[in-house]
Amino acid sequence: MNIGVYVCECGINIAATVDVGKVVEEAKSLPNVVISRLNKYTCSDPGQESIKKDIIDFNLDRVVVASCSPRMHESTFRSVVEETGVNPYCFEMVNIREHVSWVHSNKEKATLKAIDLVAGAVARAAFLEPLERKEVDVIPKTLVVGGGIAGIQSALEIANNGFQVYLVESSPSLGGRMAQLDKTFPTLDCSACILTPKMVDVARHPKIELLTYSEVEEVGGYIGNFNVKVKKKPRYVDIEKCVGCGLCAEACRLKGKVLNEFDENLSKRSAIYVPFPQAVPLKYTIDPERCNMLKFGKCGSELLCVAACERDAIDFNQEEEIIELDVGTIVVATGFDSFDPSTEKKYGYGESPNVITGMEFERIANAAGPTEGHLEINGKEPKKIVFIQCVGSRDKDGNEYCSRVCCMYTAKQAHMVRDKIPDSEIFVYYTDIRAFGKGFEEFYNRVQNENVIYLRRELNDFIQIVHNGSAVMVKAEGHPDIAADLVVLATGLVPRADSKDFAKTLNISQSADGFFLEAHPKLRPLDTFTDGIFIAGCCQSPKDIPDAVAQASGAAVKATIPLAQGKVVIEAISAVINEDLCSGCRICEKLCAFSALEFDSENKIMKVNDVVCKGCGSCAAACPTGAISMNHFSNKQVIAQIGGILEKRRSLIV
Amino acid sequence: MTVETIQEFEPNIIGFLCNWCSYAGADLAGTSRMQYPPNVKIIRVMCSGRINPMFVVNALQQGADGVLIGGCHPGDCHYQHGNYFTRRRITILKNLLEFLGIEPERVRMTWVSAAEGRKFAEVVEEITEDIRKIGPMKQIRRVNEW
Repeated sequence: MNIGVYVCECGINIAATVDVGKVVEEAKSLPNVVISRLNKYTCSDPGQESIKKDIIDFNLDRVVVASCSPRMHESTFRSVVEETGVNPYCFEMVNIREHVSWVHSNKEKATLKAIDLVAGAVARAAFLEPLERKEVDVIPKTLVVGGGIAGIQSALEIANNGFQVYLVESSPSLGGRMAQLDKTFPTLDCSACILTPKMVDVARHPKIELLTYSEVEEVGGYIGNFNVKVKKKPRYVDIEKCVGCGLCAEACRLKGKVLNEFDENLSKRSAIYVPFPQAVPLKYTIDPERCNMLKFGKCGSELLCVAACERDAIDFNQEEEIIELDVGTIVVATGFDSFDPSTEKKYGYGESPNVITGMEFERIANAAGPTEGHLEINGKEPKKIVFIQCVGSRDKDGNEYCSRVCCMYTAKQAHMVRDKIPDSEIFVYYTDIRAFGKGFEEFYNRVQNENVIYLRRELNDFIQIVHNGSAVMVKAEGHPDIAADLVVLATGLVPRADSKDFAKTLNISQSADGFFLEAHPKLRPLDTFTDGIFIAGCCQSPKDIPDAVAQASGAAVKATIPLAQGKVVIEAISAVINEDLCSGCRICEKLCAFSALEFDSENKIMKVNDVVCKGCGSCAAACPTGAISMNHFSNKQVIAQIGGILEKRRSLIV
Repeated sequence: MTVETIQEFEPNIIGFLCNWCSYAGADLAGTSRMQYPPNVKIIRVMCSGRINPMFVVNALQQGADGVLIGGCHPGDCHYQHGNYFTRRRITILKNLLEFLGIEPERVRMTWVSAAEGRKFAEVVEEITEDIRKIGPMKQIRRVNEW
């Protein structure tokens, strides 16, 4: 057994708080260590070369690198040793940066800790065993979850690369939040005009199967072989027959009585509806929460919608359907929710119709919206308009993050007000203007020159909106009160309400703010910790349309890589059963969350399906006879590591 | 540093952390440069469910003064429910340790998510102080043969 130890300075990242020279010296005296070296940057070319050279010169069969987190560079070094003929599982990494130098300031103590950790790794390395990774075939299909702009972009890119895509959207139509916007900043493109052609492209694409009004219920399997259960909610309309003529909605007894969520509840629709005129697919859906027939089993003396439909498309007997999809990779683009300002009393939202959210403004400003694009509140054109920034963002007691889009959408909306009501007075209460994108600062300057008054206030300064007859009074610390006809709250972006549940379904993580967590904030922003699942758009963090589109294209590329390669390598960390020791008690069988353990009734022992086994080790910890061992985390390896870590310090205890 | 502080008892603690949540949380504490005592030495396992109670006993036998076990929050386990098994196993183990005359407080199980760097630093501070008060582990000791 020849072990090589490589201690990294990581520039000064490690060397400043750990006496790396001493760590190198101490490692030399450890059992089986034949060479111990110091590198400025072990991950750099010279660092990697020194490992490769030593493997040959010293006939190394185990390599230990003490540097950063294995979550950062374990795969780098595994490749290095593999290229030089050492099995990648005979490599061990010690984290002396994230777990030592960056978190301790006492150099003496930090050095001792690093020495102990290296000793643990060397002790463990002696028991490491070469393992073979399995290759499995990849199903050349991708599931894209979410039919907003990010999901649409991803689906089109993947399909254009020649792979089959299933696009699942929970609402009845593609489009997402972007479909609700009137114009986009800073170019003032009409949002629908640039979005709807892409929606049509998706629907027409031969490689995309569109599943609207459907939800992902269950995700099983692993990269290359995910098994997904999708719930298709009943529309109560046969989409093969429906031509989207709308006669049913005209006839509906509840016409003009059901709040229209697409218009942020500012208009009313029928119980049978399409969310908006350019919906894709243009197929009607019956709202099961409101339809009399679905709720009470009858609707007056006759079913007006059924009578109106010339194509006999309405089917009240439709039932929920579960579809199973097999895919190789998954792109998650589930988007965001808007912050609900009614949770903060000071904004007076919900008490007065004169206080609206940014998204409500979009609908009011839109030509297809509740007021056909006329800016009016209760039928009256507002003359004094106040915008308030950072509502639900940058709040140390709430959403601490900046929502990134509100500064610019407020500037855009202020411009739109100026455009529609030239003689209006427009004020914007802001704290800092974040005009960071291409053309943003220029646009902000333009809006300021359009006689939009920007008033600065501190985030924590008092602000209160008081309902006052047909107007509202905006009281802000340090500024004179403004009697406004309209207050627009620049509400921020929050994770979708179902994020937590959906993260569990997908087995991915959330960051502290509740958005989905990327595998690395800088270098793997589109990956999750679950191989084969990628994230794009606002489900990862608030972002504007160009960023969401760029991320979606990136995620699409990531998702097609395994499909193009056709095979993926499966981690070799799995359970192994010592058939001589297994008593066939079947305790492990019930513990396995993945049904990877099966009872061999002929030989009365357990068998492991090592492709299905994910290597958690719950079974190994429970086996009463010690028959189950974990590859790469065997009892011997773990106990040796414990011993190695404690060895040097043990003598200090009297 | 005074002679007094050098001679002060420095607890030697083994920390078993799951790869997906707690280890990532400890990494986040690092990237966020949160300072905490250097007494916990981390061993990475794929899931807290891998932690055989025997590992904990073995660590105490080999001279550890305490053991920290970190897993994903209930319901967040990367392997669905490995952390629930660990919670039960460690609860039973602590009863057993008490029966053997070993302070059960030497063993602590905690949930740290990948986003909770701050919590990880706090947990390390707490367990280090707790073990410092309990004092060195003297009851059981074994030397491994391998």
